[in-house]
Amino acid sequence: MFNSLSDRLTATFKNLRGKGRLSEADVDATVREIRRALLEADVAVPVVREFTAIVKERALGAEVSEALNPGQQVVKIVNEELQNVLGGETRRINLAKSGPTVIMLAGLQGAGKTTLAGKLGKWLTDQGHKPVLVASDLQRPNAVTQLQVVGQRAGVPVFAPEPGATSESDDPTGDPVKVARDGVDFARAKLYDVVIVDTAGRLGIDQALMNQARDIRDAVDPDEVLFVIDAMIGQDAVNTAKAFDEGVDFTGVVLSKLDGDARGGAALSVRAVTGKPIMFASTGEGVRDFEQFHPDRMASRILDMGDVLTLIEQAERQWDKTEAERMAKKFTDQEDFTFEDFLAQMQQLRKMGSMKKMLAMMPGAAGMREQLENFDEREIDRVEAIVRSMTPHERVAPKIINGSRRARIAKGSGVSVSEVNQLMERFAQAQKMMKRLAQGKGVPGMPGGIPGMGGAGGGAAKKGKSKKKSSRSGNPAKRAQENAALASGQKPAAPGSAFGAQGKDLDAESLNLPKGFEKFLGK
Amino acid sequence: MWILIVAAVVVVLLVVFGILLLRRPKAPRGGYTDTRDLDDVPATEGDTLVEDRPVSTLERPESARGRLARLRGRLAKSNTMLGKGLLVLLSRERIDQDTWDEIEDTLLMADLGTDASLELVENLKKRVRVEGTKDPAQLKSLLREEMLALVDPTLDRSLRTEAAPGKPAVVLVVGVNGVGKTTTVGKLARVLVAEDKDVMLGAADTFRAAAADQLETWGARVGVPTVRSEHEGADPASVAFDAVKAGIDQEADVVLVDTAGRLQNKAGLMDQLGKVKRVIEKAAEVDEVLLVIDATTGQNGMTQAKVFAEAVDITGIVLTKLDGTAKGGIVVAIQRGLGVPVKLIGLGEGPDDLAPFNAEQFVDAIID
Repeated sequence: MFNSLSDRLTATFKNLRGKGRLSEADVDATVREIRRALLEADVAVPVVREFTAIVKERALGAEVSEALNPGQQVVKIVNEELQNVLGGETRRINLAKSGPTVIMLAGLQGAGKTTLAGKLGKWLTDQGHKPVLVASDLQRPNAVTQLQVVGQRAGVPVFAPEPGATSESDDPTGDPVKVARDGVDFARAKLYDVVIVDTAGRLGIDQALMNQARDIRDAVDPDEVLFVIDAMIGQDAVNTAKAFDEGVDFTGVVLSKLDGDARGGAALSVRAVTGKPIMFASTGEGVRDFEQFHPDRMASRILDMGDVLTLIEQAERQWDKTEAERMAKKFTDQEDFTFEDFLAQMQQLRKMGSMKKMLAMMPGAAGMREQLENFDEREIDRVEAIVRSMTPHERVAPKIINGSRRARIAKGSGVSVSEVNQLMERFAQAQKMMKRLAQGKGVPGMPGGIPGMGGAGGGAAKKGKSKKKSSRSGNPAKRAQENAALASGQKPAAPGSAFGAQGKDLDAESLNLPKGFEKFLGK
Repeated sequence: MWILIVAAVVVVLLVVFGILLLRRPKAPRGGYTDTRDLDDVPATEGDTLVEDRPVSTLERPESARGRLARLRGRLAKSNTMLGKGLLVLLSRERIDQDTWDEIEDTLLMADLGTDASLELVENLKKRVRVEGTKDPAQLKSLLREEMLALVDPTLDRSLRTEAAPGKPAVVLVVGVNGVGKTTTVGKLARVLVAEDKDVMLGAADTFRAAAADQLETWGARVGVPTVRSEHEGADPASVAFDAVKAGIDQEADVVLVDTAGRLQNKAGLMDQLGKVKRVIEKAAEVDEVLLVIDATTGQNGMTQAKVFAEAVDITGIVLTKLDGTAKGGIVVAIQRGLGVPVKLIGLGEGPDDLAPFNAEQFVDAIID
């Protein structure tokens, strides 16, 4: 029933409210919950043990007694400690002072090294470097071909003198160490400034392959050795990380497949066991789905909390108060949401900075990354242009916009009539949704209600969720909301819609916002 | 008032984002000229049947029977820590709470998950207390029984690869990225060839670079034809259909369909997988849907299994990369949660290192 750590802790502390101070027994109960939450996030057992000991010590200290809500306070401690362990600073890539910078990739089979090579190449290109990929994975059948295709997609040249194994029966021909060395020479001769060496995937215990990786390392003397690890990995993360740390002595970690719904406790394990920083996160199949690693976000993810708080904090800072009050009044009076309001809100939103960044912070944004990636910021300008081409009367009463008015609006804003139609349609749906919300009804058909949503989060994933109470939404924040909805006896809005699961009722209690949200509601 | 303001802000954010972001897929100007998608090339042109290569010496793969016995050493290598460790703990002079905690930790480290670990510990605790035994042999048999109960030997673990008259058995292989689906299909083809079956491979992984080539080389070695699309990014459902169709025409016994890896939270890709299965079913029943899970996978494996079960109704699990240090304990949770048994295990990189799973031999390998 309780999935997110903060939910569980709140339940643990239900009987404690007003006590103000935690007894040892209370803390023990808490620590058990924390332990369980971390284990479920696949943090390695020894790391969990160590971690809970620290948290216990801090929770027993004086800090907690001051807190209004001990549960929240403990979550805060856990969060801070997690960030501590994950490392505060984002670490950048070390570039060589002279000659080409050599980056070597190592990791288990299927961790995503070859794909990552392309992404890293693309990322470096965008930063103004001139990278080249070197195909030193001669072990896996067709790995070289794959790297070539990946390189082509990323627009990065590939150095592949050896064809590598083309079938499982071939004994790998060619010497990966030589290929790596030649690759660096090639880069030096052709003035590429970064060399990315893709090596064969290996099992941690495979000594022969580990030696080969060591040889490659010795041969090319890389400036960075990146260890690629799958975010889905379980308890084996410790063994693997240790083996690779001893084997190739990596300098940084890349967490791959973070676009999945694994909570990625491995990040914590690897960091705690090896002390090496996590540098990048790979978040999708496209060559651009690659980003610097943010320890603070990972902490929330491991703990299963969304990033709404940041979003609201930001809104709180930037939002014009009178405007917000006007909106709130409109909302309670159940007035229609008009294009005028829409324009006004857009202005407010713009003040908050990049739309894309804000969207990414929304609960459920992870599931819509694809759409986010495709989202063009200029789209907002276009929409605004359409609205601005309407007369003030039309903006207040969109119903009067008929065919000829639409044609005029389209002309005025330089778009086709169908785009105006689309906007009108979506606007009508949003209006309806606002009404329902104001009336305190849920938003049942949201995914279907807003067209195009089905592809984002609906589909197969949502079928079972409303059926079974025990089933969990893939998305951490959404899951918290579902649970809150279940707890308050409401039928959850069809999950799969990042928007649908949001506020059902304007009563703050059942707004289904994540725990910890209360403080923003002034309670 | 405060509450309302914040609520209004949230709602407005939602509405604005809703309007901006959720666009209907646009039809091209002038409408569609054709009923096919651009990337969906008619089967007759795009897909070609790759003829059996004139390989002079086709390999004769080893029979699947007795493979587990041969590979037992590897399994033991990965799991000795588990079985031996537990046994050592259990035969201590005094078993106090700390010992039980250590036992639990040992189980947790095998990715067994909190629930299964707790249950096993409780059961062991009860039995050790009741029987009050210190005899190592007895403790061992006790541990064996409990672990066996956990792995559940009663489940049907046979692969349904018996062809119905006129139609081949169809096996669909699914899973997330990088778990070894293509390799599993290749190895499974060898198992089936060893059983004198006519096999046909379908390379419905049209996304990953060079996946079809990889599958084709697997097939060519044992003289198994591969149906593939000539161009990248073709509709996987159409390739799968063609493969099954070709299987029917050539009277194959089994058609193995490889699919692209997909993360379970990508709804669009999961829908695509559902489509692949539905389209195949227009030609022949899908007899077996195998979910490939990597032994290193942690608790996320459960979510994977659940979502894949909803999309394509998985009937069995293939646990790969079990020759490493990972124990793959998550499959126990999956078996308990969804009733989907482990049917095959991958124990190495060699072509014949895929073995049928046998609960008793498995547990014995861990404990002995």
